[in-house]
Amino acid sequence: MKILVCISHVPDTTSKINFSENNSKFDKAGVQFVINPNDEFGLTRAIWFKEKNNATIDVINVGLQDTETTLRKALAIGADKAIRINHDPKDGLSVAKFISNYINENNYDLIIAGRESIDYNGGMVPGMISALTNINFIDKCIALNISGNSVEAAREIEGGKENISTNLPLIIGGQKGLVEESDLRIPNMRGIMMARKKELVVVEVSEDPSATHSKSFEKPQPKGEVTLVAADDIEKLIHLLHNEAKAL
Amino acid sequence: MEILIFAETDDKGNLKKDAYEIASYASKISTENGGSVNALCFNASNAESLSDYGVNKIINSKNEELKNFDAGNYSKCITEVFNNEKCNLLVLSSSSNSKHIGGVLSVLIDASYVTNVISKPSDSEKMTVVRNTFTNKAFETVEIIKNKTILAISKNSFGLKENPVNSEVVEINFNISESRNKVKSIDRATNKVTIADADIVVSGGRGLKGPENWHLIEELAEVLGGATACSKPVSDLGWRPHSEHVGQTGKPVSSNLYIAIGISGAIQHLAGVNSSKVKVVINTDPEAPFFKAADYGIVGDAFEVVPKLIDKLKEFKAANG
Repeated sequence: MKILVCISHVPDTTSKINFSENNSKFDKAGVQFVINPNDEFGLTRAIWFKEKNNATIDVINVGLQDTETTLRKALAIGADKAIRINHDPKDGLSVAKFISNYINENNYDLIIAGRESIDYNGGMVPGMISALTNINFIDKCIALNISGNSVEAAREIEGGKENISTNLPLIIGGQKGLVEESDLRIPNMRGIMMARKKELVVVEVSEDPSATHSKSFEKPQPKGEVTLVAADDIEKLIHLLHNEAKAL
Repeated sequence: MEILIFAETDDKGNLKKDAYEIASYASKISTENGGSVNALCFNASNAESLSDYGVNKIINSKNEELKNFDAGNYSKCITEVFNNEKCNLLVLSSSSNSKHIGGVLSVLIDASYVTNVISKPSDSEKMTVVRNTFTNKAFETVEIIKNKTILAISKNSFGLKENPVNSEVVEINFNISESRNKVKSIDRATNKVTIADADIVVSGGRGLKGPENWHLIEELAEVLGGATACSKPVSDLGWRPHSEHVGQTGKPVSSNLYIAIGISGAIQHLAGVNSSKVKVVINTDPEAPFFKAADYGIVGDAFEVVPKLIDKLKEFKAANG
């Protein structure tokens, strides 16, 4: 089985969010970048397929050279080969188009992307890839089992889950549930050493397929002070929620 | 602007609140900029109610084969109606199903696609919209490049606005192809309010000390008619299922009222609940970061405060119907 895992290079969840260049760009200064958590659950699931079913894993990212540290981390955890599309994407469609072109030329059985990246929260890339490559698609995938060509999977829906059967080739938008938090791998020294020798292919592209452009960012207004209510004055809280906040 | 909305129904065939919210949104745009609002729904039992929210043409397809969600068929039907009605704007909700097909639809109809939208489009020469980004830590203004657009509206960002109009209700038949993904079964708690649909969410953290104390959260949620949720450590410890985990890597919450009990308020948790309108925190530690993010707070022991809160709310509910 040939697996492609799409890796987004995102600020660590504890990062302070600031913008530079007249609030038009995310300010990367002092920010630690990581594998997008939703992608990391998928990558770990892929490693299980590698260990139990002899799968091979390629990881792919659309980004400039600074994203290679994140691809190397994916290699250190267990991916076999990395591909970087050398392009600073303006939107989700750009990412989806370049990855789809690569998939159409390289034939994968399973493509794993995250449900959404935790930075721009677009949540659109896996669906776009499925339409551009005409491959079966399961979003918010929380369980995935494969035997031969047949797939048994589960998808999270409001208030529960949907159990689905389908066939390879398949693309999923993955999230926690594919594996648990405690299953995530931390790269060890041997993995890091081996990752240095693994292939990292850079693909040059020239077009700009974007359909939306980011113009500016703004941070929410700082919040006012919290109104504290004494623990023995519950009526006051209910009164405030009813009359002031109009939330009851 | 000619607008199509995809109005979703629940498993009983009733239109969801999201459907009325995106109808309100579309109706506001058409009132200001001209054009009409079309709605497509599948097997809706109360399709005509969309006329209360400004939908001019309601297209309802009654077809058993469209009962279960199927990304392929749903997106094919929506594309067909979008093209037939010569639309240039498609408005979706942010439900699991709508988000599933949004990316697919943007390729099929060759549109610019923006998710988590919280504003109306600007009517300047180049259309822009504002969206939530960085898990509610920032707003982004996005410019639309193509001449067709899909906007997925962030839940509760626009609200319901009645605008009764005379509508035409039509039925439509589609050629349905065999599903590529087969839905074998659906596991769903039928008597519980879901986090996505709830106006009120009651959430518990490690301060509750163990899963055996969760009746406090459940009772409070029941009195309020709300959903139950939890922090990440609680789901990691296995006290509660993952589906209840709210935060950056869990579910986003955009309820009207969010009550956090025994949750300190890690940055990842706050990011996930930021877009809730009113936040209440109950915590023994006055230094807990959640107090900086909340509107109302009680410094106190959950085991003493919550039972009292439940009793007083019951009295309040009895007095206020």
